[in-house]
Amino acid sequence: MAILSKEEAKKILDKVIGFSKADGVEANLNGNDGGNIRYARNSVSTAGEDSNVSLSVQTYFGKKSGTATINEFDDASLEKVVRRAEELAKLAPENPEFLEPLPQQTYGAESKTFIESTAKITPDYRAQAAADSIIPATKKDITAAGFLEDNRGFSALSNSKGLFAYNKSTGVDFTVTMRTNDGTGSGWVARNFNDISKLNTTEASQIAMEKALQSRNAKAIEPGKYTVILEPNAAADLLGLMIGGMNARQADEGRSYLSKKGGGTKLGEKIVDERVNIYTDPWNEEVPVGNWASGGMSRKKMDLIKNGTVENLIYDRYWASQKNAEPTAFPGNRIMEGGNASVEDMIKDTKKGVLVTRFWYIRAVDPQTLLYTGLTRDGTFYIENGKIKHPIKNFRFNESPIIMLNNLETLGKQMRVASGGGPGGGGSSLIPAMKIRDFTFSSLSDAV
Amino acid sequence: MKRRDFIHLAGMGSGAMALPFSAFAHEVEIGQLLTPLLDTSQKKQLADIALNTAKSLGASYTDVRIGRYLNQFVTTREKKVQGVTNTESFGVGIRVIANGTWGFAASNSVTPDGIKKTTERAVAIAKANSKFQREPVKLAGTPSYGEVSWKTPIVKNGFEVPVKEKIELLLNANAKAMENGASFVNSLIFLVNEQKYFASSEGSYIDQDVHRTWPNFQVNVVDRQSGQFKTRSAFSAPVGMGYEYLDGKAGDKIKAPGDIILYNKSYDIVEDAAMAAQQAKQFIAGKSVEPGKYDLVLEPSHLWLTIHESVGHPTELDRVLGYEANYAGTSFLTMDKWQSKNFKFGSDIVNFVADKTQPGSLGSVGYDDEGVKCKSWELIKDGVLVNYQAIRDQIGMLGQKESHGCCYSQSWSDVQFQRMANVSLQAGKKSLTPEQLISNVEKGIYIVKDGSFSIDQQRYNFQFGGVLFFEIKNGKIAGMLKDVAYQANTQEFWNSCTEICDERDYRLSGAFNDGKGQPSQSNAVSHGSATARFNGVNVINTGRTIL
Repeated sequence: MAILSKEEAKKILDKVIGFSKADGVEANLNGNDGGNIRYARNSVSTAGEDSNVSLSVQTYFGKKSGTATINEFDDASLEKVVRRAEELAKLAPENPEFLEPLPQQTYGAESKTFIESTAKITPDYRAQAAADSIIPATKKDITAAGFLEDNRGFSALSNSKGLFAYNKSTGVDFTVTMRTNDGTGSGWVARNFNDISKLNTTEASQIAMEKALQSRNAKAIEPGKYTVILEPNAAADLLGLMIGGMNARQADEGRSYLSKKGGGTKLGEKIVDERVNIYTDPWNEEVPVGNWASGGMSRKKMDLIKNGTVENLIYDRYWASQKNAEPTAFPGNRIMEGGNASVEDMIKDTKKGVLVTRFWYIRAVDPQTLLYTGLTRDGTFYIENGKIKHPIKNFRFNESPIIMLNNLETLGKQMRVASGGGPGGGGSSLIPAMKIRDFTFSSLSDAV
Repeated sequence: MKRRDFIHLAGMGSGAMALPFSAFAHEVEIGQLLTPLLDTSQKKQLADIALNTAKSLGASYTDVRIGRYLNQFVTTREKKVQGVTNTESFGVGIRVIANGTWGFAASNSVTPDGIKKTTERAVAIAKANSKFQREPVKLAGTPSYGEVSWKTPIVKNGFEVPVKEKIELLLNANAKAMENGASFVNSLIFLVNEQKYFASSEGSYIDQDVHRTWPNFQVNVVDRQSGQFKTRSAFSAPVGMGYEYLDGKAGDKIKAPGDIILYNKSYDIVEDAAMAAQQAKQFIAGKSVEPGKYDLVLEPSHLWLTIHESVGHPTELDRVLGYEANYAGTSFLTMDKWQSKNFKFGSDIVNFVADKTQPGSLGSVGYDDEGVKCKSWELIKDGVLVNYQAIRDQIGMLGQKESHGCCYSQSWSDVQFQRMANVSLQAGKKSLTPEQLISNVEKGIYIVKDGSFSIDQQRYNFQFGGVLFFEIKNGKIAGMLKDVAYQANTQEFWNSCTEICDERDYRLSGAFNDGKGQPSQSNAVSHGSATARFNGVNVINTGRTIL
């Protein structure tokens, strides 16, 4: 039941629209089937599946709107949910920022977000993925802990202005942490795909084991400013926080890193190194996302940062109407252009530096300068004269992605990474490894 | 916590308030929220179907949670109502042990047929995973309680308070903030009601009705000329209480150092919003801190978060054992430290108690989500590590026979696991007020309310900010500071604790959204303390300039 076809979804939504007596109506129908397996201490700890479909109906009278939801789909239930939403709308206060739904939109080609083989993952497949980590770990005096999560889902939207949109998608997210049994080494690998055939859990587990073995008996070096090579997962965490803050309204209101001293925003201004190009593209083959977003807004390919300059800010429909700007769908993916250098190439070109596998527990310190703090984790190495010299103890950093991207040395190859929250979560990104000078590490951590 | 578990309020400023939100929650009208869906006898009948089905398929243990999770959010900014949202999530989660292995499945189909199929899936998953199981699950015993019930002792059910009343209160608070110089203000009231029915193959049938309430706001002051903006969040706490928390009783107000007002068991949101705007303006004009060593005086609405991260998490046994190694991390409080019986976690005056029964706290329930009656127990006694937090399938590894009763799931759709109890620093035994404490500090900083926070995966190295920072010079408050954060090592920090105020200053604060597990789940937890002093802590300056 959880995955309805386009035709099945449209049939239900058409009925919903037909039942409405309000000034207008918008209905969203979503379904999801998910499964997961979690392991630790070289043994499966928990595993489960969940399934749900729900219909949400928003009706409005003028600027008063109400929403009700149901998960039964016979005619009487559909009519009931519409009546409920209408009752709520009549009781609601006026929202001066309410906008009527969009008319039918023209969407680009369908994006390849649904892969049949991913939709067919079984409990046995998940158990084998766990075994791919556990069995080799056991042989090397290592303890594996990991998580595999997969989902298949659909979204459909229809409204009384004639708009209809549908998309279905699949995703799989795999992470594994390998820890040496003497407690001194730890390695981690993350993989995120919408096509399960691209996932090789044996290869990923092997890399995590190698990192664990190499990171044993780390030495302490003094905190300070270092040249760093950030693997794509490390870079993506900080970039995601920067891109997530590209909201036009906050910038206009003066409470964003993109607000300008004295008034106005930094739209059109160069804020980072001119080699930085960040954009969103629903049809990118590595990170495809649906061609429409919330409210049925059409997603398009759009530059966010071009040659280091803020090219676009994200305007919701209300704020766009106030500022006479074009509304923009929130980016479903984030792509940063990279270069040809591999991480190994970048290490060879580094006289003194630090290789960072990932960051952990990143939190905002100052939203005005986009200063964040966090720590390195699961594989941090000192580089000297083009070679990894030895593992080092983890550092706490205090750094702003804006300062970081102004200190860009080299861009490496791109990799698909989760933007957060696994396959059903915050989408995916295509982010390069990068070499940055003067990255600020402010203290040492004993954590392994 | 997963991104999909958050709703970001439209148009909110940086540092926007984020709401934990079940993946399957959906919006419903208020009338629907107040009508029970099933009575306990219907739930028992449905639960018995799962228990019998699982037994017939060879499960050695089964528990069933039929859950109805209700939320209400009323959100406003300045003079506008942004949203009134009621959500309901209803379904069943079934957990089994088959071939010595856990299996779990959940569904929103709470019918005899739906429950039977979900049970079959749970058993099939357990059997599929048992191939790679090295340690069969062993559950510590727990009494069979028969048919019992528990309810948060609320005075006023927030869901029954008219939405109009909530909107008026928030808009009044917003107006006060704007009158006092705020550039922007966002405010909300967030209500939670968990209606949980638990049944196990061991003969317990437990019906619980749990309530939580959280009023909150963020006041922004923007100085366009200098390009600065500062945020002052509400001095409220999320609580395990009803709407009576918003009564703002005079007896619950505390006049604190720095001429500020803090709140204990009830909260005056309108008064606080006015103060917030004034303090945010002072904050912008504050002096940028000189980095170095300071004696810190940390007030309970700040210290709770330091306790949460540096004491609550490392004393969770599942972290110590490595069950969270791939996500939240492990713990520096390894078993050998506990076994030594002399690991000096903190100074002699440092005593921490874990508790699942404290009135008004977020973690308080009658029974946990695997049918264990809740209690309190000591974690750190006279500075020494004496126990952990553990549940039925892990407590045996400590040689203890009874679970601590701290198993929780955020929803019917997620599997339950060990979650943090309320972990609180016990008040000092000597008579001491915050004013008296500050009068003895030569060079220090008094920090109010939680701000930025970050800690490593084994809980050694942390960095915390705050909301208001007051410089202490020769025993007196000497104005407001900005750009302050402190960094420390957990063990060094708690061993630098030299004074704790007495019981009169003890207060609870906490969070709705403590994240842990994969898939990530939220837990609501409170932490109590009185104002405490920490000597010689490293303070950094967080001021930066960007283009």
